[in-house]
Amino acid sequence: MATKKSNTIKLKFDSARSLAPAPESKSAAKIDPQYELFINGKMEKPQSKKYFPTINPATEEKLSMIAEANGADVNKAVTAARNAYAKTWKKMPPAERAKYIYRIARMIQERAREFAIIETLDGGKPIRESRDFDVPTAANHFFYYAGWADKLEYAFPNRRTEPLGVAGQIIPWNFPLLMAAWKIAPALACGNTVVLKPAENTSLTALKLAEIIQEADLPPGVVNIITGAGATGAAIVNHPDINKIAFTGSTEVGKIIQRAIAGTNKKATLELGGKAANIIFDDAPLDQAVEGVINGIFFNQGHVCCAGSRLYVQESVFKEVVRKLKDRLETLIVGDPIDKNTDIGAINSKAQLDIINKYIKIGQQEGAEMYQSSCALPKKGFFCRPTIFTNVAQSNRIAQEEIFGPVLAIQSFRTDDEVIEKANNTPYGLSAGVWTDKGSKIFNMTTKLRAGVVWANTFNKFDPGSPFGGYKESGYGREGGVHGLNAYVNIV
Amino acid sequence: MIATKTIPDFSSPVHVDQVGIEERASRFTKRSIKNETKVNGLKLALNMIDLTTLEGKDTDGKVKQLCYKALHLHDSYPGLPTVAAICVYPSMVKVAKKALGDSGVKVASVATAFPSGQAPRDVKIRDTKYAVQNGADEIDMVISRGKFLQGEYNFVFDEIAAVKEACGEARLKVILETGELVTYDKVRKASDIAMYAGADFIKTSTGKISPAATMPVTLVMLEAIRDFYYKTGKKIAMKPAGGISKSKLALHYLVMLNETLGEGWMNNEWFRFGASSLANDILMQLMKQKTGVYQSANYFSID
Repeated sequence: MATKKSNTIKLKFDSARSLAPAPESKSAAKIDPQYELFINGKMEKPQSKKYFPTINPATEEKLSMIAEANGADVNKAVTAARNAYAKTWKKMPPAERAKYIYRIARMIQERAREFAIIETLDGGKPIRESRDFDVPTAANHFFYYAGWADKLEYAFPNRRTEPLGVAGQIIPWNFPLLMAAWKIAPALACGNTVVLKPAENTSLTALKLAEIIQEADLPPGVVNIITGAGATGAAIVNHPDINKIAFTGSTEVGKIIQRAIAGTNKKATLELGGKAANIIFDDAPLDQAVEGVINGIFFNQGHVCCAGSRLYVQESVFKEVVRKLKDRLETLIVGDPIDKNTDIGAINSKAQLDIINKYIKIGQQEGAEMYQSSCALPKKGFFCRPTIFTNVAQSNRIAQEEIFGPVLAIQSFRTDDEVIEKANNTPYGLSAGVWTDKGSKIFNMTTKLRAGVVWANTFNKFDPGSPFGGYKESGYGREGGVHGLNAYVNIV
Repeated sequence: MIATKTIPDFSSPVHVDQVGIEERASRFTKRSIKNETKVNGLKLALNMIDLTTLEGKDTDGKVKQLCYKALHLHDSYPGLPTVAAICVYPSMVKVAKKALGDSGVKVASVATAFPSGQAPRDVKIRDTKYAVQNGADEIDMVISRGKFLQGEYNFVFDEIAAVKEACGEARLKVILETGELVTYDKVRKASDIAMYAGADFIKTSTGKISPAATMPVTLVMLEAIRDFYYKTGKKIAMKPAGGISKSKLALHYLVMLNETLGEGWMNNEWFRFGASSLANDILMQLMKQKTGVYQSANYFSID
């Protein structure tokens, strides 16, 4: 009787979601009507003579026009990088290189507010996240790797290292500035020069970073930032004078890159997709675990390669966890990302929203039970309600394929061995989460889960000192920490 | 009274993750509360205050003044609510009751050998009955922290149940004195014991021990209330006390309440602030919101 009654009890959160608007002022951010390519220390018009628009996904308004780099532009950028490498950067004393990297870090901090606003306008992520996570973490990466520049002999004891040369770096649209920092900072610290291409949806903060690099007086050509879509990326990957490809993005494109560089002596690090298992045991701190699940799947609208998109809950606490999740879902504020109270912002693009909606439909057709927050969505822009599916089977597509949106597939399990097997039963292996109060269980799980990062009693925690990367089809190579240096040096 | 509920085994471990609860609590402070939401929140917070004087030197005169303040917070701002209650020692209940009359402002009395609780049970029962007989609408009892830390959970449970019985119609607030329990696990366990033993409110602190109320401790207790509500369908009220003296912090607490327990708890039947100086800070903010400028503390009566 008691359980029947309790199932009808529901908490009400309408007023928690209807706070007075608290928008961040856009005036602190200056966006030019048109952006050029950053090559050899100068803003250069594209030889393609083509520009494409970049929009605010929350309003569908055009923000600016972005230059489209063609093969000739890529060649120009790679030549500039090669010259800078051979004539300046390679020969510069490491402590001098460090000074430049520190300077970039400090300048990001000084202009943090502007970066946060532009990141939110261009990409749709909540200002709270770009302000408290993306921008400070990006600055921290530059600080961290600046410190390594003149200490490489300690990173590789009794070995000598030399830089690789010119690195071609292609980054995704989910953390535009942060991914640029992840790529550029270790490359520069190790003495390489860079040609970086941001994703076509989210070029603005990378171009703002170009402004900083210019102001920081970095020798021309050390960092080149060129914009464009897949064809531009392919031109970088296939350029014969590139020594290293660093790519973060989809597994599909990662495979294309791997095929393209086969037979060349280009090195590569690939950070690809994921379908992380978040595992809750019955002895876990449940309220904190629920919070971790929310953070794991709804952080950045679920546009996170390491998002905890599969949830495994031990059967004895399954009902309780699902109920808590549903109530927590109701308190999430979905809306204009520039509002400081927004928890879930806009989906990055119409194309991505279509993919997410496709999977939501598939989930329902597969017979899974869907629950969505009852919140209202803005009329314009690309938005998706936070969504959870229960009654999911391991064989369902929503449990197997990366959705890259705010959609969680929940399954139950009975024993430790069973959940290890299920968690590893995926072509991906980027991250995983374990929730239990028992330390020995944590160690047992972390040694058996085949994922590059395993979080215990937390999720989506990042630090420049901690390596990040995948198993299996989630890619190879590590970024961050001492491991991240490995990807940018030859050990001789 | 609790015959229909299954009482859990209090000796089994409870799980609260320190890092997680503190992170969640700090997340509420990131909410930006503006304009009408702010004014409504401030007025609601005023209406939730248990205006408190708990000093050895309390006199009839002091208590009467405080009662007047409770009814007339700042008469130059029309339409303000009153506070929820006046909180005094048992010997002052009669004076407070008379001063407040039929205003609707409740009289709360601490009891059970407040603040230490180091007295035999019959003394505590007598203390409680004295306050109730003098007209207290609410009793703020303290748990026996020594017994709790010794693992004598049944003793603590029985004592709360006995005091609840002595309260009669008066609502019982059970003070855990979280500053002496130290860990979040223990706060959670004490909350569970208090609720299953018959508490109407659970309350963080006496105000005599530091630290008093903090946001993470209050969140642990709100989550305990939520779980109790899920299991039994019975609402329990919450009172953080001590250390909440600024409007902004009070608004953060309300955000936390609203996003943990929802609208059903957003009134002074289900939530109170135990505070003495919070009221004037809220009044100062309300006047600022109204006039656009800050006034000095001299413009607000101290009691």
